[in-house]
Amino acid sequence: MLYFFEQCLNGVQLGMLLFLLAAGLTLVFGIMDLVNLAHGSLYMLGAYFAATFAVLTGSFVVAVILAVVASLVAGMVLEVVAIRRLYERSHLDQVLGTFGLILFFNELVRLIWGPAGMTLSLPPQMLAAIQIIPGVYYPAYRLVIILATLAVAALLYAVVMRTRLGMLIRAGASNREMVGALGINIKLLYTLVFGLGAALAGFAGVMQAPILTVQIGMGENILILAFVVIIIGGIGSIRGAFVAAIVVGFIDTVGRAFLPDMLQALISTNAAATLGPALSSMSIYVLMAVILVFRPEGLFPAASR
Amino acid sequence: MTASVDPALDTVSARPVTPRTVFTIVLLILLALLPVYSSLTSDVFLVTLFTRVLILSIGAVSLNLIMGYGGMVSFGHAVYLGIGGYAVGILAKEGIGSGFVQWPVAIAVSALYALVVGALSLRTRGVYFIMITLAFAQMIYYVAIGLDRYGGDDGLTIYKRSQFGIIDLSNKTLFYYLCFALLLGSIYLVARIVNSRFGHVIRGARSNDRRMRAIGFPTFRYKLVCFVIAGALCGLAGALLANHTNFISPALMHWTRSGDLIVMVVLGGLGSLFGPVIGAVTFLLLEEGLSRLTQYPDLILGPILLVVAIYLHGGIEALLEGRRRD
Repeated sequence: MLYFFEQCLNGVQLGMLLFLLAAGLTLVFGIMDLVNLAHGSLYMLGAYFAATFAVLTGSFVVAVILAVVASLVAGMVLEVVAIRRLYERSHLDQVLGTFGLILFFNELVRLIWGPAGMTLSLPPQMLAAIQIIPGVYYPAYRLVIILATLAVAALLYAVVMRTRLGMLIRAGASNREMVGALGINIKLLYTLVFGLGAALAGFAGVMQAPILTVQIGMGENILILAFVVIIIGGIGSIRGAFVAAIVVGFIDTVGRAFLPDMLQALISTNAAATLGPALSSMSIYVLMAVILVFRPEGLFPAASR
Repeated sequence: MTASVDPALDTVSARPVTPRTVFTIVLLILLALLPVYSSLTSDVFLVTLFTRVLILSIGAVSLNLIMGYGGMVSFGHAVYLGIGGYAVGILAKEGIGSGFVQWPVAIAVSALYALVVGALSLRTRGVYFIMITLAFAQMIYYVAIGLDRYGGDDGLTIYKRSQFGIIDLSNKTLFYYLCFALLLGSIYLVARIVNSRFGHVIRGARSNDRRMRAIGFPTFRYKLVCFVIAGALCGLAGALLANHTNFISPALMHWTRSGDLIVMVVLGGLGSLFGPVIGAVTFLLLEEGLSRLTQYPDLILGPILLVVAIYLHGGIEALLEGRRRD
């Protein structure tokens, strides 16, 4: 039971990270109509920035802040240099172009930081386990992730729903020509939105860095999970992304933890040991398939698309 | 997003000799003579490299059928390379070495999976379709990693190539020509398909799906059949690839392999019969050349793809014709 509780928390934690990635993807798609495969590269860059700044400054918190700022800047530069030219192209060309960017960034990271990968170590007070309810200990850092990502999600909500920038973002999502016609600098808005998405992805990478190794290609597998999230949630919908991210994170984690044991109860141990890992990694795709059968546009289809 | 004039329609009418035709014919002659050249210079690597080029060309030709002619941008096409390869590998490991069993199974299982994926993902359009095909391919990738009996993450060595009676596939030249013949066969098949009534429905659906349905074509079924044919053809390429490398691993169907196939098709020329072959040759030679030239090949390859996506509309084929399609 305690184990189950712990796994649930892990699921929520993964879900929150997926939300950070999916929110950026879905914002960029919703507003600029851009399929950005290179989103995972920004996640990877964020983690590398954090690991580097941690070595340079010696402080974890400062490194996190600097890394998010660096991701924001990297995203905006990328938008101005390359991404901007892809908006008017077909989705297929966008896939091709951003696929090229993934190759480029993976190789760039290998050139700058070397092929070995890095680690980002935590300050000692975050390494401890905290007793959250009597008898249940949970790693402090994972709690930090959950709280920090929740705070960012709330901030994102406030920005999108309560500020002028957010108003423009929402307006841009429903009719970009109109927003441009009303005298808003659309180019600048796009650069900002892409930078915002990059910062969110970078932040996700930073938060995940101490748990996993910082390595080349780290953004690619989680990017595909983020795709699954926005397909389930409905492309262009931040609310959908939030709900779907939690569901996917939860099912993936809990499935991996318990499905092999549950199978063992049904079939022979040997077969369960083979099938278990395979089936549990399939679970979220099956979920996606089922949802698509009933709601081809996802749970929360965005109005315009 | 949608081109106003369907470039695919070019392939129907007889055209005067263009640089494109000359280039295609020269390329085919070079491919046909390659083993001769290689045996004269005793450069065995060349045949190995180009066998791979031919096999991946078959994959690209099959992707072009759905993507170029049908407008279905599948980002999970390499999964059929994997399924075809694993069919051969698993059967070989279980002691069934006959190619007469292995290859039909590879094709049938690929077709079956394409049927499932197609039935689910063709309900969606545009970017959903791209991402869903990617996700379903990724699912099989993880399943393959979980197959401990067949090597899991590390893959599986195939000790014996498929047995076809007296035909010995371990003869490199023979295998090369088999792949070449199958490539020509695939192009012929695609040509017959796209110029048939069926193919016209598919191409019509690409231009305007709603109108096709309005005039009474159940386009979903047509597209699904097309999707299955492409999957089956790519499954055959997978079986060839497993025989070529004598090795299978989940890396066969890593999503970047699907990306490579898309690159080949777009680079060569979307919706043109020989475009995917030109694209595959160019891409694989570029990859090979760059990795000999520098330690960081993707640092150059990546921006090249970006530039192709931004500026080269219609691929090398269009470049050869001296005009831009779009």
